[in-house]
Amino acid sequence: MSADYLIKKRSNTLKVLLGLGFLSLAAAFITQYDPVTGLISGLDAMRWVAANFYPNEQSLTRLPSIMNRLRETVLMSIAATTVAAFSATFFALLGAQTTKVNDALRLMSRSTAAFLRNIPAVAWAMILLFTFGQSSLTGFLALFFSTFGFLSRVFMETFDETTASSIEALTATGASYMQIIFQAVLPASLPQMISWMLYMVETNIRDATLLGILTGTGIGFSFALFYKSMNYHAASLVVIVIVVTILVIEYISNHIRRVIL
Amino acid sequence: MQREQSLAPLWQPKVRPRLGQHRALNKPLDKGTLFMRLTMAIFLALTVLAFASFDYQGLNIYNAFLGTIANFRVLMLSPQLTHFSLVEAAEGMLITLSLALLTTVIGAILALFFGLLAAQNLSSPLISGLIKGGVAFIRAVPTILWVLIFAIAAGLGSVAAVTGMAFHSVGYLVKAYAEAFEEVDSGVIEALRATGASWWQIVCQAVLPTAQSYLLSWTFVRFEINFVGALAMGAAAGAGGLGFDLFLASAHYFDLREVGFITYLVLAVALVLETITTQIKVRLRVQT
Repeated sequence: MSADYLIKKRSNTLKVLLGLGFLSLAAAFITQYDPVTGLISGLDAMRWVAANFYPNEQSLTRLPSIMNRLRETVLMSIAATTVAAFSATFFALLGAQTTKVNDALRLMSRSTAAFLRNIPAVAWAMILLFTFGQSSLTGFLALFFSTFGFLSRVFMETFDETTASSIEALTATGASYMQIIFQAVLPASLPQMISWMLYMVETNIRDATLLGILTGTGIGFSFALFYKSMNYHAASLVVIVIVVTILVIEYISNHIRRVIL
Repeated sequence: MQREQSLAPLWQPKVRPRLGQHRALNKPLDKGTLFMRLTMAIFLALTVLAFASFDYQGLNIYNAFLGTIANFRVLMLSPQLTHFSLVEAAEGMLITLSLALLTTVIGAILALFFGLLAAQNLSSPLISGLIKGGVAFIRAVPTILWVLIFAIAAGLGSVAAVTGMAFHSVGYLVKAYAEAFEEVDSGVIEALRATGASWWQIVCQAVLPTAQSYLLSWTFVRFEINFVGALAMGAAAGAGGLGFDLFLASAHYFDLREVGFITYLVLAVALVLETITTQIKVRLRVQT
């Protein structure tokens, strides 16, 4: 390793950092973002939060209705994850290199998943709002499509990683495709798949909050309602409820993961 | 080291079942299998409960599905801009990408600092625990709520959007960075410490160079997430950019063709970003 190499490496790093700095400045100019104002307003916001953004006694009377909305959001997230996981399993089996049926189907399922995954949930919500209106199904379907795309991708990776050589061995013994899938691929991949599902439930609850604000459903609607009517005590209660829910789910998920993996 | 392979493997456990190591099929029910079955049963039960308790608002589901398919066809087959020009749409995309870039850069700089303090091998247990607990809280609040909370003080716009999204990015990246730092060989750190190297020397000469490929790939994954986030903030928090255009086209003009055009634009950029992320991961893996 000569000194030249190190100097070259250093200067390369420097160039990348300078380029990134320049791009960031351009981005700040385009969005009219002033870092100083950003910092000051960030501090201001913290001070404001400390002074005004906490639940008071009156806001506690809203708790039952908030919990109702929360239940809707949590159930919606779980339902979207379950249904998406089922569909994604089929697609991933067709799309994974080790379990594909043929190349045409593999390409088809991969591109469908990539297509669905890369349309953001917000866009799905705006599209579904036309026909499903403000019903729970709008949120459910928007979450379903993005979860389905994501889970297809990670399930494919899981199938490819965990089972390549066992399939070869089973094929050699004359096992049929269905036998291989149900006796080797799925049992070996199941812990990983469940782990991903738990991760998606968490993500979906956060996304559902955003979708709720846009489509007027679930806990997002509660927040938007209190926020717009400047009832910040009640709005802060909503935030606390969401945080507690997500932390509890994270805790349970980690516990399940520790046992099954 | 398969960690960089997955999309969002923050929550991805490090132990992977290897062949022959997975639950043997004929073994009596062990705790792992029991937990898996229970988890799946609970998932199913809650899903049934969800469908039973959904607020359908008297919706005719069959018609709604048919309508959606018809809409989707219009959307996908005849995209067209009517209320914005192509230049305006490109401008919106530029703003959205800029928001994502700013957020990622600010988040990454802060996260680098806090990540070092949060890594157990580089920091004291107390500081590490405090920071990790703090970022777990930050992560638990959805990005949109951070943005709306900051908007109360700063007003709706790019300042609130970037600050709020950067907040969430810090929460995400601190966890990722700290885990990357913690994987640095403890022998190397110990050896450097024995030679009398200072904390900064250890960080700059050993920790950062070893972890840099992880840091890079995590940061890019976060950029991908922030792009979607910036789009959402445009739609839900008035941060401007293509997200706001999407919101206008859909909720104000009810113009399916325009929604279609914007969707295609977003899809194209998202696919490019995904390809870049995959490429970064593949190259880094080849190197190491």
